[in-house]
Amino acid sequence: MLLRVTDLIKSYPGPDGAVAILNGISMAMDRGETLALTGESGSGKSTLLHLVGGLDQPDSGHVAIDGVDIGALDDASRAAVRRDKVGVIFQQFNLIPSLTVASNIAFQARLAGVEDADWTRDLTTRMGLADHMAKYPEQLSGGQQQRVAIARTLAARPALVLADEPTGNLDETTADTVLDLMLTLVAETNAALLMVTHSERLAARMGRRLHLRAGRVA
Amino acid sequence: MTRAGLHALLSHWWRNPMQLFTLVVGLSLATALWSGVQAVNAEARASYDAAAATLGEGQFAQMTSDAGMIQQADYIKLRRAGWLVSPVVEGRLDGVRLIGLDPLTAPNGLGPVDLSDGELTVDVLTGGVFFATQDTLDRLSDYNVTLVPSPDVAPGVILTDVGTAQRLLDMDGFLSRLIVASAQPVNQAPLADVAPDLTVRTPQNGTDVARLTDSFHLNLTAFGLLSFAVGIFIVHGAIGLAFEQRRPVIRTLRALGFPLRRLVALIAVELLALSLIAGAIGVGLGYLIAAALLPDVAATISGLYGASVSGTLQLRPEWWLSGLLIAVGGTGMAAATSLFQLARMPLLASARPRAWAMQAGRGRLYQAALAVGLLILAALLGAFGSGLIAGFGMLAALLIGAALALPVVLDRVLAFGSSRAKSVIAEWFWADTRQQLPGLSLALMALLLAMAANVGVSTMVSSFRLTFTGFLDQRLASEFYVYADDADQAAALQTFLTSRVDKVLPIQSADQDIRGLASEIYGPTAHATYRENWLFLQSAPDAWPRIEAGEGAAINEQLARRGDIAIGDTITIAGQPFVVLGIYGDYGNTIGQVIVTETLFNTLFPDIRALRFGLRMDPADVPALSAELRDSFGLAESNMINQAGIKAFSLDVFERTFTVTGALNVLTLAVAGFAILMSLLTLATMRLPQLAPVWAQGLTRARLGRIEIIRAVLLALLTAALALPLGLALAWTLLAVVNVEAFGWRLPMYLFPLAYLRLAVFAVIAAVLAALWPARKLARTRPADLLKVFSNER
Repeated sequence: MLLRVTDLIKSYPGPDGAVAILNGISMAMDRGETLALTGESGSGKSTLLHLVGGLDQPDSGHVAIDGVDIGALDDASRAAVRRDKVGVIFQQFNLIPSLTVASNIAFQARLAGVEDADWTRDLTTRMGLADHMAKYPEQLSGGQQQRVAIARTLAARPALVLADEPTGNLDETTADTVLDLMLTLVAETNAALLMVTHSERLAARMGRRLHLRAGRVA
Repeated sequence: MTRAGLHALLSHWWRNPMQLFTLVVGLSLATALWSGVQAVNAEARASYDAAAATLGEGQFAQMTSDAGMIQQADYIKLRRAGWLVSPVVEGRLDGVRLIGLDPLTAPNGLGPVDLSDGELTVDVLTGGVFFATQDTLDRLSDYNVTLVPSPDVAPGVILTDVGTAQRLLDMDGFLSRLIVASAQPVNQAPLADVAPDLTVRTPQNGTDVARLTDSFHLNLTAFGLLSFAVGIFIVHGAIGLAFEQRRPVIRTLRALGFPLRRLVALIAVELLALSLIAGAIGVGLGYLIAAALLPDVAATISGLYGASVSGTLQLRPEWWLSGLLIAVGGTGMAAATSLFQLARMPLLASARPRAWAMQAGRGRLYQAALAVGLLILAALLGAFGSGLIAGFGMLAALLIGAALALPVVLDRVLAFGSSRAKSVIAEWFWADTRQQLPGLSLALMALLLAMAANVGVSTMVSSFRLTFTGFLDQRLASEFYVYADDADQAAALQTFLTSRVDKVLPIQSADQDIRGLASEIYGPTAHATYRENWLFLQSAPDAWPRIEAGEGAAINEQLARRGDIAIGDTITIAGQPFVVLGIYGDYGNTIGQVIVTETLFNTLFPDIRALRFGLRMDPADVPALSAELRDSFGLAESNMINQAGIKAFSLDVFERTFTVTGALNVLTLAVAGFAILMSLLTLATMRLPQLAPVWAQGLTRARLGRIEIIRAVLLALLTAALALPLGLALAWTLLAVVNVEAFGWRLPMYLFPLAYLRLAVFAVIAAVLAALWPARKLARTRPADLLKVFSNER
């Protein structure tokens, strides 16, 4: 099993004491699977994604990737898991504004030491970014920036792709195009895709769906 | 991985060259001001050391002959009798002072000259070698000796061995004087038996040049430190903003798997490299500043204190190394908070460059409390503290407290303005200015410190000038001073002079402990010269008439402070009680001094005869009398002092002092102006979301630009208004606390309103110049960029 989440609990401090966000979530995913994580705002979708990606620490429970409990790792080892096994696509793209599109796309693969020039070239061509490689992120439209973010993640061929509303900032047509590409490329790399979305239409295109309500699986 | 991370971090600077420029220039200017001042200080100190080591004056007793020169045979007899003395031959060669020493017996060897090279020592002893600065050597004719440039020898002096000096000065078989080593054998024969014609002159007290010049250096150092503090404010602002602007990159890097520790280490290395580059540039600029200032400083110090400074700059390792260290240390200080925050920053923390800029606003209450605490501490240290550390502690608490208080005070003033606004534009202007305040706080603090330093140092230097010129009038009231070599010559001189000048004023003194403190007792003749020129800091009514009537004494400030003696107290001189009727300023003196009337002095010290005379006469007759004394009595130039010449020279020197401080003032203000410029430029990019709605509602871009300039002027004026009292407090601390603790005398403080007004005008000009560029940029912002604000919001 690529991803196993067990009894995950997470709360954040609020003005009137701790606010529970996740109340004992358990789930699992294998390579090649696609899963839509849906739910209302505040239901804990993004928090679950962050915990799975090792970006945050749970109060209790476990997240295991390839059998390794990432909660038990120190900061450097968790960083290594993020670098080598996980790829995160953010809603706000989170590109590095001072690097060109080409450098942004190659960045994570370079960090992980798995840069593959042919694969990157192929990715950028299929993403329609070939003519924009020398540009900086601020010179691109929102859709183009999201494609760069997806290309950056997939260039490193991660086993698990986590996407937090990757099309949330895009219009419907662009969102469909971006999702098509993402699903195709994830399938080609045999990665697992866990995608947070509000869109029923996009969720319907994923292999499975997990609906959260008040921090629990509904 | 490290390479990719470093590339991502450094790419920030390529894309934001202005920010990199701010950081490097801020740090460079701070280092330049610091190291420039330090270079001047180091150079001047090295010159005193050279002078002291070269001449050995004041440190050792000297043996002289009444006949003028000493027979070499007497020297040999003394050595054989067990006297540890060393020969000195002295004269002038091509207008340069030639000093011949014996490197084997002189207590200091050949002064600052390093003779560890064996061959050189042989040359010195056999062939003749001149050691002098290159400037001095260039002035000499060919004397068939080896010339060795020695930067540490005092300017205008040649050092050589005794034999060479005798040969070149035609003094074979004769010596000018003998240096008497401090430690002598117990069982040596009495001097009267060995060489009855020779007399021993004890080491001179109170002539240690370095002590006197320390005051000047201390003030220069304080100024350098303040300038550096101004620079550090800029660096702190630039680094903090750079961190915050890079926070998204840092978050992304970490999200993509870059380890936090390596990230912190990379940023620390990046800052170290930047600080070294900026430090090197700063040291280079500091060298240029010092090279430009040094001729004036050299003249200033030599004129004020008689110490010779070479006027050319050496690249001394201690100051360029200290410049680099302070650049690195300053960057570390400025970056410490940011690095600490980065190390503890949660991975998901969002980037908030604007929130960072506004951060000061949230901690305002805490900041105000800290400011008040520091200002109270400064007041307490001023009132109850003692010692130099308390003085500097007061200075630091005052400056930091005032800087922290600035945003709080400005906020209150702007809130008041806002409450009084009538039109909608005025209301927006006040509110918007208030909102900008946190972002501009660091730059305004830098401006406050720069202006306060200017007010403080200008006040100090100007007060110094007024006090010192007054002091020269007081101490050099007579037109001409003559020094006799012995009592017989003094008696002859007095008879000779009485008929030739308006009045001969004998100057006689005796050494005596007053309340356990080494002091000199003076007995001047009752004369208008003293009554009119010696001004008291504190006095009893009719002090001079009463002192002349023998009813009491006047003492110098040093004795009053150290002996805790006030007007009306009684001191004992030669067993007799005297009421203190006056306390006078005695700048530069290191020991106590007492004045009683001549009649009393002669009663108290009947054996002492005056060897010095002040002469009241027509200044125009001084050169003729000087020539007459040289011809009739063989008086050396050093035995005659022309007061008018000294005073004119001193005034010239003060003008040069102003040039030095003026240059430093302009540089510090320029640095503060630069801080404002950079803050405004940085804020300009963040301000579009605030300005776009105002523009959309009908204010033209040009008008928005003009409002930006008005805002800068307003803030500069408010800061100037606060800098004035702070600067005066700074001057007071330097003059009345630090100077007293360090040197024992207090300089009176004078105010110079016109100079302060001029400074305020300069500050406003600096603010307008700093605001022009951002305002022009704003006025030329494309409507499309302003519209982007709305599309981004959607």
